[in-house]
Amino acid sequence: MPRRFVKFTFIGAVLMLVLTACGGPDEGGGGGGGGAQGTGPITFVAGKDTSGKYPAVIEKWNTAHPDQKVTLLELPEAADAQRSAFVTNLQAKSDRYDVMGIDVIWTAEFAKSGWLLELDEGQFPIADMLKPAVDTGRFEGKLWAMPYDTNGGLLFYRKDILDKANKEAPKTFDELKALCPLAQQNNMDCYAGQFAKYEGLTVNFAESVQAAGGELMTDNGTKAALGAPAVQGLTFLADGFKQGYIPKEGITYQEEPSRRAFMSGKLLFLRNWPYVYNLANESDPANKVKGKFDIAPLPGFTGAGSSSLGGLNFAVSAFSKKQGTAVEFIKFATNQENAKEMVGLTGNAPAWNALYDDPELIEKFPFLPTLKEGMQTAKPRPVTPYYQEVTTAIQEEAYAALQGQKAADQAVNDLTTKLNEIGAQG
Amino acid sequence: MTVATETVRPERVRRRGGPTRTSEGRRAEARLALWLLLPAGIVLAVIIAYPVVRALWLSLHSDARFGTSEFVGLDNYIRAFTGSGSEAFWQAFWFTTQLTIVTMFFELVIGFGMALIMNKAFKGRGLVRASVLVPWAIPTAVAARLWEWNFQPDGVVNQVLGTDILWTAGHWSSFWAIVIADVWKTAPFIALLVLAGLQIIPDEVYEAAKVDGATALQSFRRITLPLVKSAVIVAVLFRMLDVLRIFDLPFILTNGANQTETLSTLSYKESIQQLHPSYGSTLSTITFIYIILAAFLVNSLARADVVKASGGR
Repeated sequence: MPRRFVKFTFIGAVLMLVLTACGGPDEGGGGGGGGAQGTGPITFVAGKDTSGKYPAVIEKWNTAHPDQKVTLLELPEAADAQRSAFVTNLQAKSDRYDVMGIDVIWTAEFAKSGWLLELDEGQFPIADMLKPAVDTGRFEGKLWAMPYDTNGGLLFYRKDILDKANKEAPKTFDELKALCPLAQQNNMDCYAGQFAKYEGLTVNFAESVQAAGGELMTDNGTKAALGAPAVQGLTFLADGFKQGYIPKEGITYQEEPSRRAFMSGKLLFLRNWPYVYNLANESDPANKVKGKFDIAPLPGFTGAGSSSLGGLNFAVSAFSKKQGTAVEFIKFATNQENAKEMVGLTGNAPAWNALYDDPELIEKFPFLPTLKEGMQTAKPRPVTPYYQEVTTAIQEEAYAALQGQKAADQAVNDLTTKLNEIGAQG
Repeated sequence: MTVATETVRPERVRRRGGPTRTSEGRRAEARLALWLLLPAGIVLAVIIAYPVVRALWLSLHSDARFGTSEFVGLDNYIRAFTGSGSEAFWQAFWFTTQLTIVTMFFELVIGFGMALIMNKAFKGRGLVRASVLVPWAIPTAVAARLWEWNFQPDGVVNQVLGTDILWTAGHWSSFWAIVIADVWKTAPFIALLVLAGLQIIPDEVYEAAKVDGATALQSFRRITLPLVKSAVIVAVLFRMLDVLRIFDLPFILTNGANQTETLSTLSYKESIQQLHPSYGSTLSTITFIYIILAAFLVNSLARADVVKASGGR
């Protein structure tokens, strides 16, 4: 008897091995039309909810739909860890995830893999939302995800110092450079963004290219655009390090170190996300800029600059068995009322145009009107299924140029070759 | 990621009453042994053999993100050694190797020193022992975050040294940043193992040496070193296996910037970030083989040394 038991265990284990070995990394061919069917309880999966923005929405939904309850499943806070959780799950075609909160830059990759349900544009109020934000959810002319929140860069500057010198906030990088002597007189550094070798560098590089009127990729993310604007943008950043209008510490800056540098009074100008605004207005012994700073849209080279878009999109898994409920929940969670509550709670930039003019929100987050101005010209990062390869190549080349290991035009040339190769994978 | 298993060859026990036992009984015993070993065998197969074989299998296939993956033989290996991936691979290979040699050297010297101190009887020894071990008790990822702060341009390290170094912005400064953080974290581990080795050396040996008129240096070289050697070899092996697959520190401190990618961060980036599971498996298989070879080499060198030393006396 025990022997037979052991035998069965053994056979079971062997079977398990064989079965798992067969489930190779073959790609899902799911997806398909907008026919979302199936209702019932669903799971909503997103990165760790650090500001507590989901429970209220889910609570409201669950009260109204007791038979279609939503359960929140939180993934780690780090974007890489989230992506690998999604990828592992979706490659296995699991129906565990129904609604997924995905980073804007993953949309194309997930859509091309056949992991997302195509959304019916007619069912969503996209006309009232920021076009660039909605565009982050599009791939090959179809809509795959709805923006939940978005994000754009701002120029933070020391208003007290500029006022004293009777100067206005710079609208172009030339004006910004011309103001740098003020930083010197005040024993501080002039300008910084995020230049460490990570996703933030891609954002800052993209913005410098867009500031010169260019873009990273074209033809639906299959070819490099770059060209002269990229050389101009990258030269500005590389020269910053060479000539000192960007502090040499800048090469190690991610969002937080650059914010701390600005708040400790070491920077005259800082490119960062809106979250810095309320932090820099807090009373804190380490904060030296309370009431002394203001914000402006990002500068360009001839006119206004253009921000890269961040943010979170909601999408429905192609393998969900309750896509009907999932689509309805996305509509609900991203509607204007809930978006307003989310913005009020987090200060994240809304995807709804109207919310930028909402007096209540503006009182709480005075940066909204300035951000709105920037959002009109904001651009998504390249929407390509090979985004990870694209951003790695950008970081490689831009970093080499900022470190002075490559001339800006050489780096742009090399990057063009790399991006074309990546895009040609089809 | 890799697990070193040591198989112990059971010495065939010669039974005095061998022939008198029935072969049937012995066979039954062998069968029972087989069944008793089976659960452990299954567990090992599932958690060790399967991933290794699977990685090997994957490494012989192409990566097709949106198509089907095909059998490509050794193409992935050729790509890593001489093809389009060779620059990144060899950079990671040499960086990991340099890192291993340099960190092991400092850890051994400092750890040995710590162990010698902890082995002496003095007031407050317990406190010293406990405080020396604190870094070892901190998880590596936490330690890496801590050192990330310390190495920031306005961080503790620059303040204390009075320098203005951008630690994570250059190749060699990054290298030393990783070395310092790793030595800080794991020298106590070496100290612990060496201390265990020191404590089994009986005091009588030292007393006898003293009576014979040996100096402190002589008794260290002739008694302490040879007797603690096996503990040191174990420590070296452990650390070597660890550093060859170092991940957390470089990943958090530099994220591979300025040619500081290690074999493990490179495999991770290929398989998880770029979603190239086959090429990523190739890299981790190479790492796996490299570690086995390195362990084998050190082990046999150390053994030869021990044999020579004992034969010479």
